Amino acid sequence: MTDRRTTLKLVIAAAAAMPALRARATNYRDRLEPGASAPGDLRQFEPTAHGYGPDPDLVKAYERGAFWPLTMNAQQRQLAATLSDLIIPEDDHSPAASAVGVVDFIDEWISAPYPQQRADRAIVLNGFGWLDEQSQRHYQQPFARLNETQQRAVCDPVCDLSRASAQLREPARFFATYRNLTAAGFYTTVAGRKDLQYIGNVALTHFDGPPVELLRKLGLA
Amino acid sequence: MPFVTASTQRGPYDVILVGSGAGSGQAAYTLCMEGVRVLMLEAGRRYTPAHESPMFQTPDMAPLGGADTPDKDKGFYDATVDGGWNVPGEPYVSVPDQWGGHFTWWRARMLGGRTNHWGRISLRNGPYDFKPRSRDGLGFDWPITYDDVAPYYDKVELLIGVYGGDTSLENTPAGPGDTLLPPPKPIVSDHLLMKHAPKLGIPVLPGRRAVLTRAQDHRTIPAKLHPGNPRAQKILTEAMQKRSPCLWATPCGRGCAVAANYQSPTVHLPPALATGNLDIITDAMVYEVTMGKNGRATGVRFVDAKTGKHEHVTGRVVVLGASAYESARILLNSKSGQFPNGLANSSGLVGRYVLDTVGSSVSAQIPLLESLPPLNEDAADGLQVYVPWWLYKENLAHKVPFPRGYHIEYGGGRGMPSVGTFTGLEWLTGGSYGKKFKEDARRYYGSFVYMDGRGAMVPNDNSYVDIDPKVKDKFGIPVLRIHWQWGDYEQRQAVHMQETFGALAEAMGGRVTSPIVTDPLRAVAPGGYMIHEVGGTIMGASARSSVTNRWSQTWDVPNLFVADGGVFPYNADKNPTLTIMALSWRMSDHILDRMRRREI
Repeated sequence: MTDRRTTLKLVIAAAAAMPALRARATNYRDRLEPGASAPGDLRQFEPTAHGYGPDPDLVKAYERGAFWPLTMNAQQRQLAATLSDLIIPEDDHSPAASAVGVVDFIDEWISAPYPQQRADRAIVLNGFGWLDEQSQRHYQQPFARLNETQQRAVCDPVCDLSRASAQLREPARFFATYRNLTAAGFYTTVAGRKDLQYIGNVALTHFDGPPVELLRKLGLA
Repeated sequence: MPFVTASTQRGPYDVILVGSGAGSGQAAYTLCMEGVRVLMLEAGRRYTPAHESPMFQTPDMAPLGGADTPDKDKGFYDATVDGGWNVPGEPYVSVPDQWGGHFTWWRARMLGGRTNHWGRISLRNGPYDFKPRSRDGLGFDWPITYDDVAPYYDKVELLIGVYGGDTSLENTPAGPGDTLLPPPKPIVSDHLLMKHAPKLGIPVLPGRRAVLTRAQDHRTIPAKLHPGNPRAQKILTEAMQKRSPCLWATPCGRGCAVAANYQSPTVHLPPALATGNLDIITDAMVYEVTMGKNGRATGVRFVDAKTGKHEHVTGRVVVLGASAYESARILLNSKSGQFPNGLANSSGLVGRYVLDTVGSSVSAQIPLLESLPPLNEDAADGLQVYVPWWLYKENLAHKVPFPRGYHIEYGGGRGMPSVGTFTGLEWLTGGSYGKKFKEDARRYYGSFVYMDGRGAMVPNDNSYVDIDPKVKDKFGIPVLRIHWQWGDYEQRQAVHMQETFGALAEAMGGRVTSPIVTDPLRAVAPGGYMIHEVGGTIMGASARSSVTNRWSQTWDVPNLFVADGGVFPYNADKNPTLTIMALSWRMSDHILDRMRRREI
């Protein structure tokens, strides 16, 4: 897996393309080396569907699961919703992640037949197992049934991959992956864009640039 | 009915044109406007940007939020059809380079080719870029000068529409004053660079891209481009009126349904088709140039990708514009008793001296850009400003450890959030989740800038393409084998980029998102990543030292020409597409001249 800390590379140069969820490292050689291996339950899942191919209809709006079936069971979906909403809860600005389809987004993601998504599937499902195991050990309940304080007690040791102990490295990698996916699903919705106050993607007759008062305030004018 | 098939074609044709991208599109335009009958062959499918461009679609409408996948390497909404780093059924062989990396070859199988998704960055080569060997003793000079090409840069800029601005700097030329459209207004992060870069002696200029920042002047441009040709003027006037100025929204790489930027199917092909002189066969995979007994090319053979049938079409002149590598492949596969090493290859140089662009990138997080108020910064989709190479004197004085230079493509802003926007923020957030994460997302959104270096490559003997002795594609055509090595100069340039970008990030009060890379082999992107493949049918002053002459005409076959980047004997830091078009227009004028004189 690519190092996810070296990230946020908005590519316009060669192609003005969508940035990948996969981080774009500056260190080009490392990108070519096989990454740390994912936990090994890939064999449990053989995708039955193919991808969308090299010439899909780009104009159409697709429902989640339009190209391959969603595969999470009810228990997994409940856990997914619980964790997504722990990461992105409702607040004054926007609803919780699960209210805007993030569980379907993640289900579509980990059900996809592509290599990156299959690797993420292993990370996510193994991580779900770890969460429930920890919850059972400490609270004798599955994660989805814990209260928020208990849930945080389980997640806090793994919420920062860069500071996680060697022992907790795999669950920390899971948490980082899951947070990335939750944010990816949430901030690409109407509600997510509104939360960030993104106001583009509308046709304009002219483009004026930033207001001069703002530039002055920032010391740039 | 301009789209024809092998059986409905309406020959005889004057020119058989292979490919439909920047070089071929320009050739079709120039030739058809002057009454030449052209048959264009495109390996991929017909493509109609007006109906197929996902312009305002949002990521939540796409599978996986539009993330890149092996089916769509640059994201779901990238315009590329049936292409990318791999084309199903059409492999190529890439020989590992000195550190185990591979050249990767981006292709598109669609009308207009790679012009549909390109970055639209349109920089002119300067005088030094045409005579690099004269300046520093390395590589090859072109057999032409900047002054030979300048009138064609003017014409192409007027035709396709390129925005830009101040060009007073060394080796960073522009036309006589009215060829460029006004540049877009800089966004906040651009102002940040404009404030701080000059303190490091680094100039910042308006960017140059093939985007209509206002409507083209359809009243005066057609007469400038086609003096004495009222029909061409009328056709171009109508074509220009059908193009909309930029809508200041949606990425150019998705394709533009309103033709506000340049792509061959929206800018070159409509007027060429309106002349009635252009016929197009799509799904036509060309593999061989056929020859007559008189040493002249007679036409080309292709496989119909839909039926598998082999077809032959003929014309007075053959122009290859299939992309630098694909055109070299066609020549190398055109073997016969007369040409055992492939066609137009008496020099042995077909496929030699292939080039790409040196790439290296750094991104940085800038505290000043955190928590900005709502701003629409979609702008012109990037490169409102850029940094041209600024150390030409230092090159000559050996104050930098490489002979040529690079420019910096810079960007930032509050663009549409994508699936990658909030990936891997732990180094800033300490791993926050819950309401704090949402606050962090609002704070850091739009606070990142990136700097992409794009540098010159000196040609070397270890970078070349030939035909793999074993592997064939799904059509049975022998495939290309790519050999690639970066030279020391390119690697040192990449380290210089890294260090410069680190200094710029610091000057802007920012933090780089990953460590500056000072190991030369790690700093430079693998060959092909920049999708700037040129060379392989290089132009030169003699038949011994080059494949094509100053008119892009092959030395060996007088009615065979190359319209793509294959003719570049050197790849300066300037992105090649604008130069490909200028050279193709110049070549086409020469073909017209020779045809009128009945020499071909």
